[in-house]
Amino acid sequence: MQYEAVIGMEVHVEINCHSKVFCSCPSAFDAAPNSQVCPGCLGMPGALPVLNRKMVDKSIAVGLALNCQIARSTRMDRKNYFYPDLARNYQISQDDQPLCYAGYIDVDVEGRKKRIRITRAHVEEDTARNSHTQAGGQSGIDFNRSGLSLLEIVTEPDIRSAQEAFAYLTSLKQLLQYLDVSDCNMEEGSLRAEANISVRPVGAEYYGTKTEVKNVASFSGTQKAIEYEVERQIEVLNSGGKVVQETRGWDADKGITVSQRLKESAHEYRYFPEPDIPPIVVDEAWIEQIRKELPEFPIARKERFQSQYGLSLYDAQVLTFSRAMADFYEAIVSAGADPKKAANWLMVELQALLSDTKLDISASPVSPASLAELLALIETGIINGKIAKEVLVEMFKSGAAPKKIVEEKGLGQISDSKALEETIRAIIEANPGQAADYRAGKEKLFDYFVGQVMKATRGKGNPQLVNEILRRELDS
Amino acid sequence: MKTPWYEKTAKEIRDAVHQGEASALDIVNSFIEHADAVDGTVGAYTQRWSETARTAAQRIDEKIRKGLPAGALAGVPVALKESICTSEGKTTGASKMLADYRSPFDATAVTRLQQADAVFLGKVNMDEIGLGSSTETSALQRTTNPWAPDRVPGGSSGGSAAAVASGTCALALGTDTGSSIRQPASFCGCIGFKPTYGRISRLGIIGIASSLDHVGPLARTVEDTALALNVLCGEDKGDPTSSDRPVPDFTRSLGRDIRGLRIGVPKEYLASDLDAEVRQYVEKALDQFRNAGAEIVSISLPCTGYDAAAYTVISTAEMSAGLARLDGVRYGARHPEAKSVPDVYVMSKSAGLGTEVQRRIILGTYFLSGKNRQDYFVKAQQVRTVVKKDFQNAFEQCDIIAGATTATAAFPFGSKSDNPLEMYACDQFTVAANLASHPALSIPCGKTAAGLPIGLHLQARSYDEETLLGAAFYYEQHRGFEMGFPSIL
Repeated sequence: MQYEAVIGMEVHVEINCHSKVFCSCPSAFDAAPNSQVCPGCLGMPGALPVLNRKMVDKSIAVGLALNCQIARSTRMDRKNYFYPDLARNYQISQDDQPLCYAGYIDVDVEGRKKRIRITRAHVEEDTARNSHTQAGGQSGIDFNRSGLSLLEIVTEPDIRSAQEAFAYLTSLKQLLQYLDVSDCNMEEGSLRAEANISVRPVGAEYYGTKTEVKNVASFSGTQKAIEYEVERQIEVLNSGGKVVQETRGWDADKGITVSQRLKESAHEYRYFPEPDIPPIVVDEAWIEQIRKELPEFPIARKERFQSQYGLSLYDAQVLTFSRAMADFYEAIVSAGADPKKAANWLMVELQALLSDTKLDISASPVSPASLAELLALIETGIINGKIAKEVLVEMFKSGAAPKKIVEEKGLGQISDSKALEETIRAIIEANPGQAADYRAGKEKLFDYFVGQVMKATRGKGNPQLVNEILRRELDS
Repeated sequence: MKTPWYEKTAKEIRDAVHQGEASALDIVNSFIEHADAVDGTVGAYTQRWSETARTAAQRIDEKIRKGLPAGALAGVPVALKESICTSEGKTTGASKMLADYRSPFDATAVTRLQQADAVFLGKVNMDEIGLGSSTETSALQRTTNPWAPDRVPGGSSGGSAAAVASGTCALALGTDTGSSIRQPASFCGCIGFKPTYGRISRLGIIGIASSLDHVGPLARTVEDTALALNVLCGEDKGDPTSSDRPVPDFTRSLGRDIRGLRIGVPKEYLASDLDAEVRQYVEKALDQFRNAGAEIVSISLPCTGYDAAAYTVISTAEMSAGLARLDGVRYGARHPEAKSVPDVYVMSKSAGLGTEVQRRIILGTYFLSGKNRQDYFVKAQQVRTVVKKDFQNAFEQCDIIAGATTATAAFPFGSKSDNPLEMYACDQFTVAANLASHPALSIPCGKTAAGLPIGLHLQARSYDEETLLGAAFYYEQHRGFEMGFPSIL
């Protein structure tokens, strides 16, 4: 029998709001354990949650970007369960009234457009982090993470392959980064993806029993885990077995999913409205304000790059992949550089240096303005392209301005015809044999003389002038 | 003989301190000495902060001496309920679970009192975590009714009421989720005031049920109540459910003419199983209002009876979550023999929380579980909406709703301890104000033949504390008796 996969994704994104969602504690990653805590996120008696309005702003922005409906009136709920990483033993979340709902995102799967519906995106708080590697076999809890702002984004079961899941995650991350609401760093846990996976005979209307795969540390890992899990379920069915509803973890070393917890019945979270937080009322003006501030999204920007700057589809795609890259590019152009040359230099030369040093474009030691300045030096003939590459390396290392490097190292082109004439005459005199052969018709020897001149000028000879003078002197 | 300071009102004390007629230290010492003498019998105080109180009093005297402005409650000795967080001393909620708990911060109400130069004499007893109507569920000690040593002081703010009534403080802070300020005030013969929900910040109160919890003052006079409300009320950014409505000067509503004031008497209240003496004194109070020119109107509150059921469901549901944090993980008494995470929860809670607390947590968990959520919790929320509507309708026909605070005067120790339903019935007239959020108070309206205080319960529209205080002040001035102090002390 032919089977198809039916996949829904749940993504938890940590939204950066400078402070936590229900208290004013800072939310920096990597601070010393329990150094960013207060009575609120420790669940001390008498503490009350105060909803961070920034979180609502940013969540609405995500909702709009995902073409969601925004609830005009909603509320927070208490989700009750006991766990040591949950300070109050209830999580403040949203049950049946998510802030954002009924949206969609269009993703590109190898040139094919696929629409994935978004069921909901709701606001909640993160839990603390348990650590079982303390001295003396003790367990520790770090409450720095307790109360960080989370947005949980849930899709409909519209995804049909691991590849589509990968495309979804990539597009979602791209969108979130464009919105500047999260660093989406899976290793630091600011983006966590879970896949609900089932299989069914192709053409069937019903859903098969699903398993939930979590704890995957990367997008490609998620893709592999889904691929494996789909195959596993098909094998189970083909061999006459039944898929068991459970949570499975991804063992990256072995490349397999492993059963973690059986789900015997639905969770009993005893949700009820959070009485400490008044209802959240979102009016049109609030939504419009956020809509106005939304950035240009990747697809629109890509198309504009093609039409406005005459870039190829490929170049436009690469340059708009991240908002930081696209912003960098447009900053070079607006500093006066030629759009196509700016694209080449950014995508090829600067990108190579960044890749070598594992730096993101946002951390580039070379600013858009100084890259534009470098391109201007080429344009005005002060340096040639070959020298420019050396200058860029130096700029990348020292952060110095290109003009300064060119001046200090004497890298400017020799465009002084007199000086070049002298050099060239001396070379011809020193190579009488070759000169005679050239004049006798061995035209290829011209390149030999160009090489000699470049060697003598250490590459700084203005190529056009060198050609001109050399031809004149040899042909005379 | 000159009246000792501990028998004076907060207003008299404040004025004397402001005018330099008395030193705050002398006043505070008078209360401390009186508490030394009588609190052994009453048992209201669980923590005495005599030394820090004296230091605070000296600082106020210093201010006065230097001609600096002193606060609206300068030198007024105040007692705080055990469930109100203070960075001073412990905050136990009268529970074994929090027997050694020290709060890292002060409740907003405490900060405001402190800024008004009130002096804290210590903390007072209560039913464990506020769950009870007699202060008998306290894990700390027994508190007796100052008017009758064999009787309970009411609860859960039993210590607050007993301290005010016995003169060991001039004002006390209590909390009221269903009756917990008004019922003990009624039993102990003092005034207990539950303001509109949102008037006083709940930040720093060990919460029971957040949508029903209120903070409020207990005092011996209406004027003192108004003074305390002036200090306590107002928006707090730390409590998003607090109201940003402007706070009037409540003392200005005292002395209002009550002619034409419409006082509604719900027929359902009179039809209930009121004790004969209680009924007699409540009716007498209504006569006094009528004679003063108020209009007594018969009204109906059809929700009566259903309100208590809805209250039980909503309050226990909310507390089953609200008290979940008392687990011994971050603070609180962790059971020493717990070996696993489930052990920590089960053993610590079983050992640290009393029967009544456990009973209500289990009840609330039940009301929220599975299909019960729809059948009980959601239905109770709907009833709550009906209760609000009932009161809205009633307040179109009257300005004040009057009745008894409790069906009986204070009952003997142990008489209801084994019957939770009878204990819950202590709330029957008071819970509606918590469900509907409007302000209500209890003011003494007489004493039974056995000398036990009886409370008159007055309710007003939301945010109309002024009408409530105005009516209570008029009644206090014209009721024809002085509550005085219990003779046993």
